[in-house]
Order: sequence, then C-alpha cells, then structure tokens
Amino acid sequence: MRLVLTEEQQALRAAVRDLLTDRAASPQVRAAMESETGIDRDLWTRLGRDLDVLGLVVPEEYGGAGAGHVERAVVQEELGRALAPTPFLGSAVLATDALLALDDEEARRELLPRLVSGELIATVAVAEPGTPWGPGATTATASGDGWTLDGTKTPVVAGDLADVLLVVATTPDGPAWFRVDAADVERTTLTTLDPTRRLAKVVLRGTPARRLESADPAGALERVADLATIALAAEQLGGLQRVLEMATDYAKVRVQFGRAIGSYQAVKHGLADVHSDWELGLSALRYAAWAADEAPDEVPVAAALVATFFGPAYFKAAEACVQYHGGIGYTWEHDAHLYYKRAKSTELLFGAPGRDRARLADRLGV
Amino acid sequence: MTAATTIATGSPPDLDAFREQARAWLREHAPAPSPVTDIEAARAFQAALYDAGFAGITWPQDVGGRGLSTAYQQAFSDEEAEYELPTYPFTIGMGMCGPTVNDLGTPEQRTRYLPRLLRGEDIWCQLFSEPGAGSDVASLQTRAVLDGDSWVVDGQKVWTTNAQWADFGALLARTDPDRPKHSGLTMFVVDMHAPGVTVRPLKDMSGRAPFNEIYFDSVRIPADAVIGEVNGGWHAAVTMLGHERVSIGSRRRPKTNPLDFTAIAALAQRLGVSGEPATRERLAELYARERVLELFNVRLRQEAAAGIAPGARGSVAKLAGSMLARLAVDTVGEIAGPEIVAWDPEDTTGAAVALGINSTPSSSIAGGTNEIQRGIIGERVLGLPKEPSVDKGVPFRELKVGTQK
Ligand SMILES: Cc1cc2nc3c(=O)[nH]c(=O)nc-3n(C[C@H](O)[C@H](O)[C@H](O)COP(=O)(O)OP(=O)(O)OC[C@H]3O[C@@H](n4cnc5c(N)ncnc54)[C@H](O)[C@@H]3O)c2cc1C
Repeated sequence: MRLVLTEEQQALRAAVRDLLTDRAASPQVRAAMESETGIDRDLWTRLGRDLDVLGLVVPEEYGGAGAGHVERAVVQEELGRALAPTPFLGSAVLATDALLALDDEEARRELLPRLVSGELIATVAVAEPGTPWGPGATTATASGDGWTLDGTKTPVVAGDLADVLLVVATTPDGPAWFRVDAADVERTTLTTLDPTRRLAKVVLRGTPARRLESADPAGALERVADLATIALAAEQLGGLQRVLEMATDYAKVRVQFGRAIGSYQAVKHGLADVHSDWELGLSALRYAAWAADEAPDEVPVAAALVATFFGPAYFKAAEACVQYHGGIGYTWEHDAHLYYKRAKSTELLFGAPGRDRARLADRLGV
Repeated sequence: MTAATTIATGSPPDLDAFREQARAWLREHAPAPSPVTDIEAARAFQAALYDAGFAGITWPQDVGGRGLSTAYQQAFSDEEAEYELPTYPFTIGMGMCGPTVNDLGTPEQRTRYLPRLLRGEDIWCQLFSEPGAGSDVASLQTRAVLDGDSWVVDGQKVWTTNAQWADFGALLARTDPDRPKHSGLTMFVVDMHAPGVTVRPLKDMSGRAPFNEIYFDSVRIPADAVIGEVNGGWHAAVTMLGHERVSIGSRRRPKTNPLDFTAIAALAQRLGVSGEPATRERLAELYARERVLELFNVRLRQEAAAGIAPGARGSVAKLAGSMLARLAVDTVGEIAGPEIVAWDPEDTTGAAVALGINSTPSSSIAGGTNEIQRGIIGERVLGLPKEPSVDKGVPFRELKVGTQK
C-alpha cells in the first residue's frame, strides 16, 4: 500500500489549488451559491478544459486521463477545501463511476468523453425517501423496445443541472440501471441544509428510458456507493483541513484577557484534537483511494471505514471552528457556517453515522 | 564471524531477500511468548538477534549496527509483528538512550556503550522524572556537584521503568541551580550498580511493578560520563524525548491484546451479544479508530523512508494511541458488562481484560501526558502561542517547584 503522494500527484494538487484560489474564493463561492444554478459554469469549464481533471479515473480510450482514484481524491480534497460550486460529485464521481461499473459500451462511448470535457453533466438518481441507496419503489416497465420508469428519486445530487440521469429502478427480474434524458423528467430544486451543494427531486411518470447493460446491476450499485463514499471522504478531509486552518489562524490573532486565545489550553487542546483527526483521517483516505485503484477486495471495508471516520470528525471540526471564532463565527458573513452545513449535510447524505457503523460491522462480519 | 559483520562490509542486501531471511530466522528462533520476563533468556535472545544481523538494523556500522535504511527496519518490524519477542527489557536502551548516545556521545562513549547494548549485554533506563518533576521535568532537583575529577550525585528519581534490571541509566541532574531551570541541567550515564544507588520496586495500579524508585546517595560519576555538554542537559533531554515519542508512537500493538477489536469481537461472540446493534456499532467504531491509527503509523513509516521526518507528529500517534486504549476500555465494558467484574480464578480472559483495563491509564501519562502532547501539537505543529511562563529567565533556586508547599 502506498500512503504518500508522488511528485506528480503533488503537482496536480498545486494546479487545482491555484485555480481554486483564483476562481473559487469566498465571494465567488457565495455568488454561485446565490445564483440560479448554484454552480459556477466557468469554473467547471476550466476544470474540464484547462486542467483536464474531470476524467482522472476514466481510461484513455473514453477520453479520460487514465490516472486513478488517488488523483481524483486529490482533486476532490481541494474542491472540498474551497467548497467549490461544481457538479463534480454528480458528474465526475457518481455518473462516471456508474458508467465504468456497468457494461454498456455504447453509453460509455457516447457519454464519457463529454463528461470528461465538462460539456455534458450527468448524475445518478438512486435515493428515495427511506431508501438512501437502492432501487427503492421506482419501477421499470418494458414498453416496445424500451422501458418506462415510474417513481420519485430524492435527493439527487446535481439533479437539477444534469443533462442525463442514470436511474436505478426495479424490473420484474430485479434492480437495473436506466438512462433518462433530463427533458423527460420533472425536477424540483430542493431547499438544502448545505447551500453550496444543490440537490433535487426527480419525478418519473411513464418516463421513457434506455436500459443499461450490466452483468451485475446490484454489484454496480455497491461499487458506485463505495467509490462515492471515498470521494466524499476526500472532500471531507479537504474541508476539515480548511476549518482547522481558519480556526488556528484566528486563535493566533484574537486577543482576550490580554492573550491570544490560542494560548489558552481549552482552545489549543481542542485544535490539537482536530489536527490529530486530520492526520489520522488523511492516512485512512489515502489508503481507501489506494484500495480503489489497487485492491478492489479491500474497497468495501475501506469505504465503510472512511465513512465511519469522516462524518463525525469533519462535523466536530466545523463545530469547533464556529466555536473558536465566537460571535463572529456565528454570522452569515463568516465562512464558518458554510463548512458547518457542508459537514453535517455530507455526514448524512448517504445515510447517517449509525448506519455507516452498521455497514462497517456488516462488512467486518461482526 | 557474525552475520552482522559479514554483511556490514558488503553492499546493502536485496530488501526482499532481507525480509525473507528475517522471516526464516524468526520462524526458527522466536521463542513462545511468556507471561513473565526471564531476563537471562531475554539477553540471550538479544545476542542471537544481533548475531543474525537483526539488531541495530539502522544503527551505524562503526558501533555494530548494519547501517541500513529504515525500509529494512520496517521489513523486519513487519515480520516481527507476527511474534511476541522477549525484547521488552531493551526497548528503552534501543529506542531512546542508545540513539541519544549515538547523536550526542563522544567517540569513546559510542564505542563503549552502543555495541554492548545491541548485543544485549547492557540494559538501560531513563532517569528523568522525580517526585517533584514529571511534565515539568526541567524543574528537577537531583543535584550533581563537581568534586575533583568526578561528579557527586544526590537525589531521587521515580517511575523509572526497567530499573530493576538496568545496568546503566541516562540521568538528568541539576548542575547549576543559579541558572534558569532549563540551562542548569546535565545528562550523565550512570552505572546502576555503583555504590550509593538504591533501586526499589514501585507497584503500579495494575499490581505489577514495572517501574521503580531510585535513590542516589553521594554516587560518584566520572567526568567522562557527561552526554553532550555540561549544563547542556536540556538539549540532550529533548533529543531523547524525540526518540522516545517516535519509539512509543511507532511501537506495534502486541499481537495478542485483550482489548483490541479482534479480541473484543470474539468475546462478544462468546457472550452471545454479537448480533446486537449496539454491540455492532461499538465494535465498528473501535475497528475504525484502531485501523486509522495503524494506517497513520504506516504513513509515518513511509514518509520516514522517503526522508520526511515525523517531527512533533509523534505526539499525534501517542495521543491517538492512548485515546484508542480508552475507547477500548469503554467498548469492552459495554459489551461484557458484569462478565468482567468477576470471573473464575482459572479464567485467563477475565484476568487479561482486567489487566488491560487497569493498565490503560499509563498510556495517557507515561512518556508525556495527553495534556502535554496536546500542548506540543498546538504549539509545535499548529504554531499556536505558548502560555505565559512565570519561570522564564528566573534562576532555578528562586522557583516554586512540584514538591514545595
Ligand atoms: C508507566 C509509567 C512509566 C514511566 N516510566 C518512566 C521512566 O522510565 N523514566 C522517567 O523518567 N519517567 C517515567 N515515567 C514518568 C512520567 O514521565 C511522568 O509520570 C509524566 O511525565 C507525568 O509527570 P507527573 O507524574 O509528575 O505528573 P504531573 O506533571 O504532575 O501532572 C499531573 C497532571 O497535571 C497535568 N499537567 C501538568 N502540566 C500541565 C500543563 N502544562 N498543562 C496542562 N496540564 C498539565 C498532567 O497532564 C496531569 O494530568 C513513567 C510514568 C508511568 C506512568
């Protein structure tokens, strides 16, 4: 196993950070968050066209970079650190991983190169109320040489932006994946706990769909979930590092009772604990990303491991960041709340800490 | 001619071949784990380890080491993790005192002490803490006064691990009370068998006596026993504490630990509670903390091999290790309940779990308390300001220290 980044991977990080420092600073993130679409199209185009980081896990034959999950995690860490307003999770993670996990050559050839360039946005529609990850109650019915879908998927990551949706539904012979065009569904942008990540409700009513080839649709569902968990953990790691930095910087300059507040042990020791979580979590994330590339058998446990670790760890760090900023940390103007909301929302997006632990226990066989 | 000297003169062995040799040697020579330490057997084993070329893998060749990179040490440690080798009496010498003598010792000191250490001929202890000076070790009161060409030492040390076996100690003593506390200390090598040294076992809360009280009553130490500079003892102490943190942090968990995930999961199974959701969640949490720390230590080793020093991050490993141990105490209690309150005298699991529970507090005290580690992380890693100090620049003799009323 390799837990240390290569020079190229570090260079990749520097390039992404440079772009985000320039294009995704706080005012830009806030502008995007209040905009109609919730994302910054120009930033998205630059990530695809200039940096070419939307297809790091995609093989070259489909227009990708043929790098891997370690590289993608590096990018995702930076995006999480900046709260960059992009549909990366939906398009470059969920939809991309689904196309790679399924066996539909035609869909890969048609969609992947356009996802990699950023000109097309796709996502995966899986969640339903009560079923955070599964076919749920959405049904697929054969009609002519295609299918129609009925049901409601929510929340769908980037569901209101996507041009193409990959939907999981139940057929008479079990779960299957379908491709649906955005024009054929009803979508509602949801009001979200986290204003920096758009989520939507997608209603399917006799929606025409093309079934995607797959030898093991249920297995693909698991794989996509695990890889998304690892990608999210990278984002959580980046956010955790950012809130630690914000709080540490502030603790050095804010003076009360004649001393910098960071000289008080209550604050210093609290930040030391957050730092320890960052060091530990970084190691776990590197391992999980390495496993995604090199050790597929270890992915189920590794993914459940990082989910169990990062949900509470990031939220605790974000909470500490608000706390150590005092009243100013509680204001809308300060960025601390954006991370607080992102942390809580990410912790719960695909389940909840208790469910993450239960999933880890399942996979450990206890 | 020993394997070590044969190989030391050649070019570095192939890493995989080295690993293979280590595996084969351990398979043949690793003794069965024993609940009590047989000190003569431990010395013999250390000597055998040395002869086979597996002691001092990264130590310089001029003192009997093999001068190989940490990758070789790591390979050996990986293989060794399969066993419980009887090397415990040597951990302080090999992990802390030896490396400090290597860093700061004179050429004579290096050749006098280090080869013997590697061959298991000498056992060392660390004589820093005193009744009045633990976290604030620089406030210690044991005095060393120059008398002709030797130093005369009077004072008391406490909680000294392994002193019951020790041949030498790395002693920190005050040589100039008129200077501020950090700049009037000197480190010495003291012969633990010298006249005037008294070692008394001290029972710990688990009922065992792994540490001791040491009394120095006009003990004479030759002038050439100073490690580093006279009044430069703080620098020597910091050097040793750096080695200590790395040594504690990177220490592998014992192969059979009654409070690790595997053991507690097996206990849950035996008690018939393994399917309960609360049990499963607790076990998952314990696994996660354990695995994440293990991965952090792997990363530190890989970084060290790539030339990135762990620095103060050894404190993260130490702190996380002690927090993990506390979580394990909570976990085993929740899962086993009254089963670990009382047990049949023959039930070895009960005794092992109880020992685990009762020895856990040492992990957050020994080698620098958790509060001290958090302070180190806050100040040295995050760069947060220090607390205002009341003793800066004040001569030691004017200070209020630990045992004063
Ligand atoms: C099992 C074991 C083995 C040991 N082996 C050795 C050995 O081989 N050689 C040796 O020299 N010593 C040894 N020690 C001693 C050990 O290093 C000290 O016990 C330790 O450094 C704490 O010092 P103290 O006991 O004097 O506690 P104190 O320093 O008095 O601490 C008491 C409490 O106050 C807290 N505290 C102290 N200062 C601060 C501060 N600045 N900020 C916040 N909180 C603070 C501490 O965290 C602790 O909770 C050993 C101890 C144990 C338990």
